[in-house]
Amino acid sequence: MIKFKLNGSEVSVDGPEDTPLLWAIRDDLGLTGTKFGCGVGQCGACTVHVGGRATRSCITPISAIAGAEITTIEGLDPAGTHPVQEAWRDLQVPQCGYCQSGQIMQAASLLKDYPSPTDEDIDAVMGGSLCRCMTYIRIRKAIKQAAVAMRSAKTGETSNG
Amino acid sequence: MIKRILAAVVGLVVVGGLGFLWYAWYPALPKVALPKSGQFSAAQIERGRIVAAQGYCAECHTRQDLGGGPTLAGDYAMQSPFGTIYSPNITPDPETGIGGWSEEALARAMKLGVSRSGAHLLPAFVYDHFTKMTDSDISDLYAWLMTQPAVHMTHRENTFPLSITPRIVLAGWKMLFFRPGDFKPDPNHDAQWNRGAYLAEGASHCGSCHTPRNLLGAEKTGSRYDGAVVDGWIAPPLNEHNPTPVVWTEDELFAYLRYGVAPLHGPAGGPMSPVPHQFLSKIPESDVRAIAHYFADIDHAAQRVSGDRAALELAMQQSKRDLLGPTTDADATLYQGACAACHYNAAPSPVLGRPELALNSALWLDEPNDLFMVMLRGLTAPEGQSGVAMPSFYNALSDHDMARIAAYLRRTRTTRPPWTDLEKKAAEARKLVEIPPVNSSH
Repeated sequence: MIKFKLNGSEVSVDGPEDTPLLWAIRDDLGLTGTKFGCGVGQCGACTVHVGGRATRSCITPISAIAGAEITTIEGLDPAGTHPVQEAWRDLQVPQCGYCQSGQIMQAASLLKDYPSPTDEDIDAVMGGSLCRCMTYIRIRKAIKQAAVAMRSAKTGETSNG
Repeated sequence: MIKRILAAVVGLVVVGGLGFLWYAWYPALPKVALPKSGQFSAAQIERGRIVAAQGYCAECHTRQDLGGGPTLAGDYAMQSPFGTIYSPNITPDPETGIGGWSEEALARAMKLGVSRSGAHLLPAFVYDHFTKMTDSDISDLYAWLMTQPAVHMTHRENTFPLSITPRIVLAGWKMLFFRPGDFKPDPNHDAQWNRGAYLAEGASHCGSCHTPRNLLGAEKTGSRYDGAVVDGWIAPPLNEHNPTPVVWTEDELFAYLRYGVAPLHGPAGGPMSPVPHQFLSKIPESDVRAIAHYFADIDHAAQRVSGDRAALELAMQQSKRDLLGPTTDADATLYQGACAACHYNAAPSPVLGRPELALNSALWLDEPNDLFMVMLRGLTAPEGQSGVAMPSFYNALSDHDMARIAAYLRRTRTTRPPWTDLEKKAAEARKLVEIPPVNSSH
């Protein structure tokens, strides 16, 4: 029995310790927004946050995340209005959409580390998140748009406070 | 004439033998009744808890394999070139633990490496360090140990050849390598340095992993803190031979020892992980600061730190190498797909949670052990940086892939000569991971 926090709620999974976190999230806990892509940590579709850091859930065993805080695409923002999600919709980023939850989770974590990312930062951090529809140009644009939104929200908070 | 010589030789052997027996023989100390818990003050028990944490007692006296065992009840498997050693139960159970031990018996074990029964203890119990502990620390430790929950549990038998080695042989080992005696403060250094030295050399026994051992398993006196291999991982040098491009300053050491992650050098992995998380985070901060202060002196941080700014700048440039724009280097592509999303950093310095490989000892050591071990095992949330996990690439990367990534990182992010036989070494590291950490066939 492994216990951890999923999107803010305490959950437990009863299964072998070497079960991939992705299996637990999708099959045991029923959140199917996170996708299975390659199964070997090379495509980024299964990206979730562990302790706020983007992590490939398909090669992370549940034994490794006991007690940790996991956030999936369902929990990134309660209303689905995280600035990255807003930018995604605004720019109509996805084509087939299969990779997008992983892309969004990776992008959200990128913006925490680099609030004003350069093209270089985006390429380097997002390079492990593949998109077969080749929407990379729109992904980069959306990340920059989200960065602007997040920065102005922050300035707004500061001036209000 | 010959008779005289023979008589003299026989005489010498007899005297030498008797002398050795005198050196080797210790009486059994009487079994005593388990002290009543009210015998110790709460303050003394708390001091003892701190001493036990300074010495990581629970780490080697608690079974870790087969799902783990009760705390301090022993049966921890320790691999040595002389067989597997299973640690004893040190809970106060009178039959299987140390419930019948007097404080004198514990002090003799710690200071002289002799069990209550009079038998010599294996030096896997690092009395070469514990001998430096003060009587009052041992007394406090006794109070804490005797007030812990008793667990009735025996440990597995040590394996061959240790299983058949008479304990008297250990007296010979001790005669050669063991120098009992209290810690002697160095008057040339201040109180903080001496506190750090007392802990590092004594209870915290840093040299047990970080000093190489000779063929008979004793720490090599001429190679103190030169680094050594432990359970497949390299415990890096703690002296000026540490190869990382930025030095381990007191602040870096403190963050690493206290929180398990240093801003520049990265997280504690492998057998080092429990040291900060389970032990040094639970002792007075000033003690951890003292250990950091001591090792910053041992590694000559003050004399070497002037190169840090340039080294950090270089590392930040190396971090983005091949990640920007198209590359024709297939090794770089492999690295980009598997590692860069988490390990890329932009100037001026690494983000916490993005361990910068160009600064990490795993890339700079003489062998790739630590890099391979962490790739294969990953890091669990309680290890390294708390709450954060690194996936296990055991099933994701072949030995060939691992070798390519290692060669690529060594080539592009360090100034050290290439590692050799990488694929073979990757396979060897893989064998040390007994069970694949993640299994997608469920």
